[in-house]
Amino acid sequence: MMSKLKSDRPLYRFNGGVHPPGYKEQSTREPIAIAPLPQRLIVPLHQSIGGTPRPLVKPGDRVLKGQLIGAADGWISSTVHAPTSGIVRDIALHVQPHPSGLSALSVLIDVDGKEEWSERNPPDYASLTPDDIRRLIQQAGIVGLGGAVFPTHGKLTPSAKFPMEDLVINGGECEPYMTCDDMIMRERAEGIVRGAAIFRDLMQPKRVMIAIEDNKPEAIAAMRAAVQAVGEPFEVVPVPTLYPAGCAKQLIRVLTGKEVPVSRRSTDLGAQCFNVATAYSAWRAVCFGEPMISRVVTLTGNVGRAHNVEALFGTPIEELIALAEPKPDTDGILVGGPMMGFLAPDTAAPIVKSTNCLIAHSPDLFPPRAPEMPCIRCGECARVCPQDLQPYELYRFARARNFGKAQEYHLFDCIECGSCAYVCSSHIPLVHYFLFAKSEIWAREREKKAADQARDRFQAKQKREEREKAEKAEKLAKAAAAQAAKKAAEAANLGALDPEAAKKAAIAAAQERAQAQRAAAQPKNTEALTAGQQQEIAEIDARRAQAGVDHPESSS
Amino acid sequence: MSLISAPHFRPEDSVRKIMLTTCAALLPGIAIYAWLIVPAILTQLLIASAAALAGEALMLKMRGKPLGLFLTDGSALLTAWLIALTFPPLSPWWLIVTGTLFAIIITKHLFGGLGQNVFNPAMMAFAVCIVAFPALMSQWPSPGLQLSFADQNRIIFGLSPLLDSIAGATPLDALKTALKREGTIGVPELLQNRQIYGALAGRGWEWVSSAYLLGGLFLLQRRIITWHAPVAFIVSLAALAGLLWWFDPSRFASPLFHLFAGGATIGAFFVITDPITGCATPRGQLIFGAIVGLLDYLIRVFGGYPDGVAFAVILMNIAAPLIDALTQPPVFGMKGKSP
Ligand code: SF4
Ligand code: SF4
Repeated sequence: MMSKLKSDRPLYRFNGGVHPPGYKEQSTREPIAIAPLPQRLIVPLHQSIGGTPRPLVKPGDRVLKGQLIGAADGWISSTVHAPTSGIVRDIALHVQPHPSGLSALSVLIDVDGKEEWSERNPPDYASLTPDDIRRLIQQAGIVGLGGAVFPTHGKLTPSAKFPMEDLVINGGECEPYMTCDDMIMRERAEGIVRGAAIFRDLMQPKRVMIAIEDNKPEAIAAMRAAVQAVGEPFEVVPVPTLYPAGCAKQLIRVLTGKEVPVSRRSTDLGAQCFNVATAYSAWRAVCFGEPMISRVVTLTGNVGRAHNVEALFGTPIEELIALAEPKPDTDGILVGGPMMGFLAPDTAAPIVKSTNCLIAHSPDLFPPRAPEMPCIRCGECARVCPQDLQPYELYRFARARNFGKAQEYHLFDCIECGSCAYVCSSHIPLVHYFLFAKSEIWAREREKKAADQARDRFQAKQKREEREKAEKAEKLAKAAAAQAAKKAAEAANLGALDPEAAKKAAIAAAQERAQAQRAAAQPKNTEALTAGQQQEIAEIDARRAQAGVDHPESSS
Repeated sequence: MSLISAPHFRPEDSVRKIMLTTCAALLPGIAIYAWLIVPAILTQLLIASAAALAGEALMLKMRGKPLGLFLTDGSALLTAWLIALTFPPLSPWWLIVTGTLFAIIITKHLFGGLGQNVFNPAMMAFAVCIVAFPALMSQWPSPGLQLSFADQNRIIFGLSPLLDSIAGATPLDALKTALKREGTIGVPELLQNRQIYGALAGRGWEWVSSAYLLGGLFLLQRRIITWHAPVAFIVSLAALAGLLWWFDPSRFASPLFHLFAGGATIGAFFVITDPITGCATPRGQLIFGAIVGLLDYLIRVFGGYPDGVAFAVILMNIAAPLIDALTQPPVFGMKGKSP
């Protein structure tokens, strides 16, 4: 049966968007393969938005497949599990799949090849309370697999104030080259539907929509069949192919007409959105007790055998892309899609929960950008911006380092989709400037916060010391007074004999008292130094925070 | 391989493509101009182009910019063509050269070069020359001029004089005179002289204007320009012209006349759509176009100059950044709310 590619429900559109070439067909010819076990895994502890999980193992420990090795640090934090069985060789800094090439604490596991599972206890779904399920999802390390890696359990609580209307399961996958979600929908449609049903049970929405860009007819057909087979009242909605329709807020707009501002949660407008692969993983976790230890990754680009593989987290990029047989002129590996991805600074970095696609880069496939010209204000960037921003103004302000103005022009509403830079007639790498401006603003805010904290700490310390000083002075004064009284008494006794001596004693006592008070009141010159040190410490703290967390807003 | 950020696809459009497509859109107008008015326009286009490229190369060298990249971006060429097409076609060569060099050196490069200029270079050239050389800038070839291409070129290069019988005022000028000398001859009677005024707005010129309109539609279709500024300009010019015409048709010409006379169509599609010196927000472009239309009418009908596009555009160039700042569209998720 030919699947209908037009949606039954009226759809809305967002402004802008672009039509980059798809290049998707090449990696959908083979079914999802299982990547062979690597010799060694590098499992970073921090793989999602939110707090960094605490390591639970130490070098030399034997770990089992699925064993918890990183515990959640707070509610908006996820867990990390051993992707297979083996021995923990070390817990050390290792280079990350991050554009800056930074290193982060990772558990290095020597794989023993036995694939020995830790205990899996599939719970009885019917007996679970919603809180149980959310905890289960957190414990299984489920995070958004669409790329944002927000801990899924944190998105599964409906807003107390706003009724939940639309639950969106996102099969948009608008990035060119990327087909991992497409393949999951074709091959694991039923699991996705069952995962969506779990989300539905928790969120109690009015409707559940599975949205798929209309360039994926096979996935649409498979999802429709699965919905029917499982017997859920979910709607499979083909949406027009338009980048970035797969971004959650744009997709919510297309399906419901609701526009969720960047600064707000979509639940405030009664909508929530999960990626298809996330729904699948949630189902495996809740119904089979399987934590998130692998994901489907598209291997494509300048390769002989483009396909999708199920890869364990921690597999080095270079080992994984080798499975696709990169051609000799490959000169780098893109992590993510060509619109939003980045060139891996080091291919020894591992696959993590956010790694959805590896693209072998070659000068033929991705010719270098033509030289940057001055902006001619042609406005094309603004016409394609899905967030309705004026990228040319943001660019102007970012270039002039006028960050206040950039914020006034809504820099932080930019979702870095790259549409503007994709069309820029002057070939300006606009997103690059926006990232620069954002990171500068964050750095300044951190500095300011650190300085504020240092100042507060200093002031508190000063107050405490003043109080202590006052107390000490009081004590000293009391002691001196007692001493003086004693001396006076002695003098009085003596006085009968020698009034001169009594007078001298009284003066000495008074002097003693005054000196004690002076000593108490004199500031110690070490305090100035302490303030400087405080500042320094605060700055070091700030830098540390910066290195560990790339999005400060994520901690919110 | 670049280490800068995504996207990793290369944009298809380029400044060069935009500028050269705009030049290409002028070709129908140029062809009709050369055919119906004077072929000497081709000479002027060559002179202006040469002067513009020379001035551009000189300034790029002085400013230490890569010559290969910027000289070929087409922006100087477009400026040159707009100058040649808006100056009287039998002007002496040095007038075109002066105007072009002023546009490129002062208006463009001294303001910071491509993308930085505040004023439309071609309109600046026109305005400066009409102030400095009012007589030369008002001598338009008489309708139905019989003069060989060689003779026209002799005039341009100063080898033979530009006689009064060859050149004169434009239809817009004639109307202005008629308006001032109230009563002697009404506009309708004046316009009945098809020998001079053709079917619409000047013999031959109406076809040149139509060809510019055609070129403008091509630019719209290629998405090089948007409809906002041209439509606003045309509507406001036509509305004001229509109002006065309705008020007193014996003294004011019809909106149709105004739309096809002078620089209205080239202005609407090739000048006020200049992204660098115009507005960039859609609402800004509407405001920009509308006010240029009003000012153009006021200047060409009541002012001291034969046409008002240049002055109107220059005035609005100053206001464009402010208009842009005041017409920022609401961002995603903020519609209907104050941002
Ligand atoms: S697309 Fe590029 S040249 Fe055009 S306005 Fe935007 S930033 Fe400027
Ligand atoms: S990267 Fe930002 S500014 Fe550019 S189109 Fe996307 S949202 Fe708009």
